[in-house]
Amino acid sequence: MANKSSKKKKIGALSIKNVTKIYDPSGVNVKAVDDCSMEIAGGEVCMIVGPSGCGKTTLLNAIAGFHSITEGSIHLDGELLCGPTKPKAEQSAERMVVFQHGALFPWKTLQENVAYGPTVQRVLSANQAMDKAGQMLAEAGLGQFVKKYPGEVSSGMARRAEIVRALINNPKVLLLDEPYRAMDALTKQIMHESLLETYDRTGVTIFFITHDLEEAIFLGDKVHVVTTRPCQLKKTVEVKIPRPRSYATQSSEGFRKLLVEVNDAVHEEAVKAFQAGEREMA
Amino acid sequence: MSAVGNFLKNTTTRRGVAAIVCFVIIWHIGAMFDDWTGVDILGIGLVPPPSDVFAAFLGVIPKVGYWMSWVSSFSRVLTGFLVAMIIGIPFGLLLAVNKYFRGVFFPPFEILRPIPPLAWVPASLIFWPTNEMSIAFVTFLGAFFTIVINVLGGARSIDISYLRAAQSMGASQMDLFWKIVLPGTLPSIFTGAAVGMGITWEVVLAAEMISGGGTQGGGGLGFFIWNSYMGGSLEQIVVGMISIGIAGYICSSTIRKIGYFFMPWRRLF
Repeated sequence: MANKSSKKKKIGALSIKNVTKIYDPSGVNVKAVDDCSMEIAGGEVCMIVGPSGCGKTTLLNAIAGFHSITEGSIHLDGELLCGPTKPKAEQSAERMVVFQHGALFPWKTLQENVAYGPTVQRVLSANQAMDKAGQMLAEAGLGQFVKKYPGEVSSGMARRAEIVRALINNPKVLLLDEPYRAMDALTKQIMHESLLETYDRTGVTIFFITHDLEEAIFLGDKVHVVTTRPCQLKKTVEVKIPRPRSYATQSSEGFRKLLVEVNDAVHEEAVKAFQAGEREMA
Repeated sequence: MSAVGNFLKNTTTRRGVAAIVCFVIIWHIGAMFDDWTGVDILGIGLVPPPSDVFAAFLGVIPKVGYWMSWVSSFSRVLTGFLVAMIIGIPFGLLLAVNKYFRGVFFPPFEILRPIPPLAWVPASLIFWPTNEMSIAFVTFLGAFFTIVINVLGGARSIDISYLRAAQSMGASQMDLFWKIVLPGTLPSIFTGAAVGMGITWEVVLAAEMISGGGTQGGGGLGFFIWNSYMGGSLEQIVVGMISIGIAGYICSSTIRKIGYFFMPWRRLF
């Protein structure tokens, strides 16, 4: 499966070049991202790991078009998203975000939530969109819950529905900002399997921010470790574990080795971040 | 009997009924305490016992004047409340979504807001041509500020992720307003309505007492209480108070029902 899709021309390649972002709300001049560069191939699962508050989300917001950047440029499949001439990217359904705290609309059922994108873009009629939404939710194993409101289902189901809501728009890139952060380990496993299954089916490029190193290695093709604020690329670890992956791989020696490698890089940054925090407190 | 049996099957209903029964029993004991023991309990020693109040209730039920008080208080409350909703909701939403509108109208709004509605009574009695209009105006003010501040707060606190998600999915500004901001604000609109409705009743009663009920007949429940006080009928005062309680309950439960209808996703809470 992975081989077959790799022969197709891949879309969703992100090129982040020398991006700098300075927040300057009232002359405070906080540098969140400093000269950060990354290349993400089309159809790649790219995991971003770094200490809390290091500017990972800033990078994601720049790709999604929620924030402007100060310097550098970001291209998607060779097209300029943002750069010197255009500091802020447009928001678009080709780059769908799944938010840290979940952003399903509480006043819509799961099905209505998923149908929202095609309906407002008028690519499908309301009825067609609802049909397709129901079908896609069923494929994700949420068939019984299509008429439920987000408040009525578990956080795991809500997050799965949110990924379906993103995928119905046929995005080139899926941007996930610690989507499984608040979940217990068992739910997380199910989420991971579901995401991998989705990825094997769609081959969509995934830009995934996390703190969880095992999650990063288990899901990713590449793990980019970034420094504490300002965010810079520190180290890239390639994960050459073949797909489809199962939980058994987590206990393999290769997996453990990668974990140590990533952990070494992250730990150094975490200590720096902690000390910087202490300095700020003092 | 089976209807009563069914009615009492629900635990919540049973608790409610039991609580009211207990309240009446305590009230009765408190009111009769000095008859029984010769000791007056401060505060409720002079309150008429529930049986006397019930008798007075039966006494006023056939009287047209009592029901006219209901009608006039209700129509004042509804007029003030509805006008406050019709003006307040769009005003609050505009304050929330348009920074120019907010820049111009929020400061004067915030200066007028702390003035208690009752402080407006003398001025509005002077400036409005009829008593009826001044009462309606004061009632309107009572609900208006609460509704606006709730709508504004509700609309401003909508999670920015909802707006970003909708925009990423291709929502236009109109879509954002009608499909995200408005439903996202509905809970606050109904909170504002429920609180505003309570204030409206407070204000209308006080206004009726102060204005002497108005010259066009129907003095309202406030005037009914005031009149009973002037006439020295303790039982009727309590009848008037309970009537207001029932009226307020009818209003707030109606608002809740309407809220459930418009916000099916809130039924789970």
